[in-house]
Amino acid sequence: MGSDSKTVRTSKKQRADQAASADQPGQLPEHLQNQQQYMTCGDNLNYNVSIGNSAHLFSALGIDNSWSHKKFQRDLRVAMKWVKGNDMEFDIIGIDPAIANALRRILISEIPTVAIEHVYMVQNTSIIACEVLSHRLGLVPVLVDPDLLKDKLVKSGQLVWLPNGSEMPEETNCRFASSQSSLLGAEGARLVHDDILLAKMRPGQEIVLEAHCIRGIGAEHAKWSPVATAWYRLQPEVVILEPIVGSKADSLAQICPGLFTVEGSGPSRRAVAGNARQHEKQLEKVRRMSGEEEWSEHLQLRKRKDHFIFTIESTGILPPHQLFLRSLDQLAAKCDKLLEHL
Amino acid sequence: MTVSDQPVHLPNGGSTYENGVHEALLGDPSKLTQPIKDVKDKYELLPAFLKVRGLVKQHIDSFNYFINQEIKKIVRAKGNERVTCDTDPNFYFKYTDIFVGRPQVEEDYITTGITPQACRLRDMTYAAPISVDVEYTRGKEIIVRKGKNGVGAVVIGRMPLMLRSDRCVLKGKSEAQLAELGECPLDPGGYFVVKGAEKVILIQEQLSRNRIIIDLDSKGQVSASVTSSTHERKSKTNIVVGKKGQICMKHNAFAEEVNMAAVLRAMGVESDQEILALVGSEPGLAAMLAPTLQEAKSMGLFIQQQALEYLGARLKAGKQQYSSRRTRSKVDEVRDVLANVVVCHIPVHQFDYQQKAIYMAVMMRRMLAAMIDPSLIDDRDYYGNKRLELAGGLLALLFEDLFKRMNNELKRTADNTLSKANRASQFDAAKNLHVEMISQGMESAISSGNWTIRRFRMERKGVTQVLSRLSFIAALGMMTRITSQFEKTRKVSGPRALQPSQWGMLCPADTPEGESCGLVKNLALMTHVTTDEEEAPLARLAYLLGTQPASLVSGFEHSSRGVAMVFLNGSILGIHRRPKRLVKEFRRLRRAGRVGEFVSIFLQQDSVYIASDGGRVCRPLIICDRGAPRVTSEHTAKLKRGEWAFNDFLREGLVEYLDVNEENNALIALYERNCGPATTHLEIEPFTVLGVVAGLIPYPHHNQSPRNTYQCAMGKQAMGNIAYNQLNVFDTLLYLLVYPQRPLLTTKTIELVGFDKLGAGQNATVAVMSYSGYDIEDAIIMNRASLDRGFGRCIVLRKYGTVLKKHQNRAQDIVQAAGIPSGQSKATGRHKLLDVDGIAAPGEIASPGEILINKLVPMSTKDPLPPNMTSLPLSHYKPAPVSWKGPPGESCIVDKVLLTQNDDGHNVIKTLMRHTRRPEVGDKFSSRHGQKGVVGAIVAQEDMPFSERGICPDLIMNPHGFPSRMTVGKMIELIGSKAAVSSGRFHYGTAFGEGTGLADTVDSISKTLVEHGFSYSGKDQLTSGSSGEPLEAYIFMGPVYYQKLKHMVLDKMHARARGPRVVLTRQPTEGRSRDGGLRLGEMERDCLIGYGASMLLLERLMISSDQFQVHVCNHCGLLGYYDANVGCAVCPSTKSSDDMATLKLPYACKLLFQELQSMNIVPRLKLAEA
Repeated sequence: MGSDSKTVRTSKKQRADQAASADQPGQLPEHLQNQQQYMTCGDNLNYNVSIGNSAHLFSALGIDNSWSHKKFQRDLRVAMKWVKGNDMEFDIIGIDPAIANALRRILISEIPTVAIEHVYMVQNTSIIACEVLSHRLGLVPVLVDPDLLKDKLVKSGQLVWLPNGSEMPEETNCRFASSQSSLLGAEGARLVHDDILLAKMRPGQEIVLEAHCIRGIGAEHAKWSPVATAWYRLQPEVVILEPIVGSKADSLAQICPGLFTVEGSGPSRRAVAGNARQHEKQLEKVRRMSGEEEWSEHLQLRKRKDHFIFTIESTGILPPHQLFLRSLDQLAAKCDKLLEHL
Repeated sequence: MTVSDQPVHLPNGGSTYENGVHEALLGDPSKLTQPIKDVKDKYELLPAFLKVRGLVKQHIDSFNYFINQEIKKIVRAKGNERVTCDTDPNFYFKYTDIFVGRPQVEEDYITTGITPQACRLRDMTYAAPISVDVEYTRGKEIIVRKGKNGVGAVVIGRMPLMLRSDRCVLKGKSEAQLAELGECPLDPGGYFVVKGAEKVILIQEQLSRNRIIIDLDSKGQVSASVTSSTHERKSKTNIVVGKKGQICMKHNAFAEEVNMAAVLRAMGVESDQEILALVGSEPGLAAMLAPTLQEAKSMGLFIQQQALEYLGARLKAGKQQYSSRRTRSKVDEVRDVLANVVVCHIPVHQFDYQQKAIYMAVMMRRMLAAMIDPSLIDDRDYYGNKRLELAGGLLALLFEDLFKRMNNELKRTADNTLSKANRASQFDAAKNLHVEMISQGMESAISSGNWTIRRFRMERKGVTQVLSRLSFIAALGMMTRITSQFEKTRKVSGPRALQPSQWGMLCPADTPEGESCGLVKNLALMTHVTTDEEEAPLARLAYLLGTQPASLVSGFEHSSRGVAMVFLNGSILGIHRRPKRLVKEFRRLRRAGRVGEFVSIFLQQDSVYIASDGGRVCRPLIICDRGAPRVTSEHTAKLKRGEWAFNDFLREGLVEYLDVNEENNALIALYERNCGPATTHLEIEPFTVLGVVAGLIPYPHHNQSPRNTYQCAMGKQAMGNIAYNQLNVFDTLLYLLVYPQRPLLTTKTIELVGFDKLGAGQNATVAVMSYSGYDIEDAIIMNRASLDRGFGRCIVLRKYGTVLKKHQNRAQDIVQAAGIPSGQSKATGRHKLLDVDGIAAPGEIASPGEILINKLVPMSTKDPLPPNMTSLPLSHYKPAPVSWKGPPGESCIVDKVLLTQNDDGHNVIKTLMRHTRRPEVGDKFSSRHGQKGVVGAIVAQEDMPFSERGICPDLIMNPHGFPSRMTVGKMIELIGSKAAVSSGRFHYGTAFGEGTGLADTVDSISKTLVEHGFSYSGKDQLTSGSSGEPLEAYIFMGPVYYQKLKHMVLDKMHARARGPRVVLTRQPTEGRSRDGGLRLGEMERDCLIGYGASMLLLERLMISSDQFQVHVCNHCGLLGYYDANVGCAVCPSTKSSDDMATLKLPYACKLLFQELQSMNIVPRLKLAEA
């Protein structure tokens, strides 16, 4: 407890210094700007977690904090970092966490996909119970463009695609007006992965079933979620508050190799912090050290509050970039709906 | 010169260590002071031990001993061997041998072998025939009938067989062979299958028999008591201090306390000097004996005859059983009582009482010594004084009783038949045996648990229990359970408290809460319970090693200094002048394998006790020589290579079994580093103090101890896998987890017992934080997406079965296919599920109330069928269907149907209903640290917080669960599991294992976490799922093994607005199963009275319950009735209808009035205008 109150105190001291120096009108003093921009990762707590976005927040300083479209347009940047198969990471800079979170939430629960919903068991002599097998089937991603199924029914079997609808319409009570082959093309519906283990069978056992897919959203059941998960984190930065020189710099470079490098030579050699994002496994060490007496004056780990590193892990039904676009569409639609009702 | 001074030449058993000792003694002395090296992989001894022993060896061993040896002893015993006849002196029927065969059953006159699984499914008893070889007279000839190949000639009954015992078909089978037999290889056996139910004979704890116990009686006086027990008789003899300070004997055979000097005199110890010599001539003792001798003198008891007369006068009346035919004098009777009843475990031959007199003198001596030095008073709760009675012993008691009854029955038949002068045919005794007596007696005793032994007047209830198949661990835990004979209601803490002598023998954590707390115990992991061992060779050996028979030395020598009295199983063998040497040599022989490994010998004060009786608890320990463990790394290396098994360690004298008493002669080091020069033994592994069930807990040594106890109770309620054959059984109720996992943080015990193969829980990612308000009072928040994906999903299987009975009148229950209404292709309504055979088809989806088995029973089961009729027409049947009683709104699936035939030849139909459930709000979950909680809320994944790596918790637990519970083990489990998932290696949390590398240390776990970029503390930075902003606090998050407990809301929830009522009182029914009302109880009523809510009271207690309108005559005050013909109410006495009042009262009140009237009490109501 003692150490983190010290951290706070240090920053207070800095604040007092800086408040005296920065007095230009129209711009926030540096410490407030830092507070607005960064979350400081302390030893036991995160400081300045939330964003002050009230328009009158700094009216006492004569500064207008209201949201400006122009500024937003100027600052907003989206940068793709990497795409690996079904996974994608990209940066969104200059938005409010609410927006980023809305996108995440939409991705998880509101983008429709197609998943198996009804399973009609004809024969199952295997060891796995029908309802358990059906549950497993439901969780298997089905590679069907959900847009094709807007408010329509699609059918797809694991083994045979039935373009002409149910083969046992009596039991399933499901008939198609026309074949779906025109809708889904010659290839038809198939599964994203061919190697998901569904059941094990002994010789002589059989499973005969027909499965019907339905378009749905993750909010209803996790099987319709188009992503394994989607999340974001904030851009980390390691700051050296006071220069670290001499042997201390050497030891720092040793503790966190790569993240800190030593520049120069002789007694005035000093540690320089590298790109925090490339050494993410070391950041926990830095955070811990920032709480230790030896380093607390020198080191700080902080995160930019408006720089979101967004990761989408798609289940493979839709490519991640498309998912992102769709989530934007959804968000826009939601906004439209809100405006409509206002 | 005594015998013991002779060097005893013994074959040198464990040559390696003997030489080592000599070398050490003669060689460089500095070697002795070297630090003791740690024995590498000493732990490997434990799996080796469990491999040879299994987890339930105590049960199986004791049963094997019974069917192989004890049963033969019983048949050979004096009173059992021959059956004679009072009417024909030439007649005899003699058993020459007895055998228990292989499990088989006779059906339609064909004998076939049976398997336990077949018995479970078919509701049969897994039993084997008991056959005997006999020799008997038939008329004038003597008939000898002998079987061969271990089977006798005459079958006398069927013996239920213990699974995995010597005669069981499962014995020594490989995993594949067991699978063939439909058996789970991880199932420990040790239980019985009786009428299809699995029954366990629980281990019973008793005070040991035939041992002198010095105790304080109710008056606070020192007393000595011994409970003697032989095959024929049980008796308790007390020696107490009388009113005048004289020493008396208290025994059931005597009406009052009798002078001890008189007893000794009656036994032939006549002079005061002899008595003094036997009891002890030390000045203190002699003075204390004075009042006793004084009294004897004052009563004029000087010689044996006088003493016998004195005792004879005090014999309890009605003890005539020894003189049933001819009347004997009192003196003869007393002589008989002293020989056969008092301290009956000391045999008296030809009325030579010397042994018994010495024994009773020793009792007095120990009692007097305890009066001088109260520290010599025995502790009743000391575990060395306890014996555990196992299945074998209990069955032996039962069998002997039934065998005797059968023989009596045979005798009676012989008496009756042979007394008749002219018989049509020769009397063949072998054909007149009551075969059913033993079979039925054994079967009903095991299936009901009522043990009735006539000759001991023993009446015990609840000896057996149904094997709990709720989870694998529950079944295993049941096999190690010990129940105490102590009354549950008595408020004494002693027997319930954890006794220091239970260390290593009984699990300190595993005991139930509540009334049987501390009385029901569990064995520790390495405990073994001994079986009886032959006494004669041990006695011979003791004499060979220099013990002098007590009868050959004078009384004064017994109590001389340095001389120890030698006891064998509670009886005196003699005295030894160098007891330490005797003990040492004896142990050397045992380690060399010349004496049974479970024989214990120990020295206490001036007595040497040798014990070979059954029921002692013991455990293996590594032997140390002057602190140096005999087991070295070379030995364990051999073990690891598979060259050695555990028995090789025993054979080589490196490891030995110590019982509780012998532990008192040992100095046992916990770790090698604790070894000193005086150390005699080294523990194999500290975590073996815990039992099987407590062994599941990771890091239990970091938890507050009651938490471990709670987990022991909850581990048995956790759902998971039950056995490999779980889907092939028809248990009444079976809970299965759909996706069980093995814990990421495991323990050595888990691996040893096979819990990693039959897990009962799932590794849930837990975030310890507060979330919403739905997590107070230990409630947990669940992630809905996790539930969607299968977390906590379970299957409930319930059996609905019926027996198609064949009735006396040849009528039979039948199953009838459901009628198909015209125009339909299938049966409808309640008969929807039924197949063409009238039984629900597997795979059908059932809703509540639908019929599973469409059974019909004949209306008459008594009247004989018309002679030319083979079956009844349908009109003579009434329906008795079996239907599914599920919760309304739920549906379940017919899983399996079984058609078979049981023991009695009746057809049996069983259907298994399957219900898959996903967790819902109110279902109970628990971690492995006694931290249970119900689901408080189920939250969508997008609302759950997530970490910087995108990990979303499955479950959120409130941090308030930690401070007061102090379950640090759970925190270590969390970070350990987190390290396990990030490093890809299962981590260990074995109890006390950090020192020996069987548990990962917090340091190493933290290091692993930091290596993988996590915080060393296990805390993560989370982002709120609802606001999207980072959380200020770091959250302790990681995987924890969570168990789903069997308590689910679906089985418990209950509400009722209106519903069924009891016929008698017209009040709403009680209980959920009867759709009962919710009772407004006394205390709730008190609240309403206190509040003055009279109208509410009236509404709750009468209007909503059993309101009834009555008519009361204003004149006579009696209840009238409404006459519909007249159209008005009528007084019952005058039949007039004027002045009748109408009022409402509870029906129960009206009932009371009528009941009072039926007892000639007239309640009159006096009404006033309100």
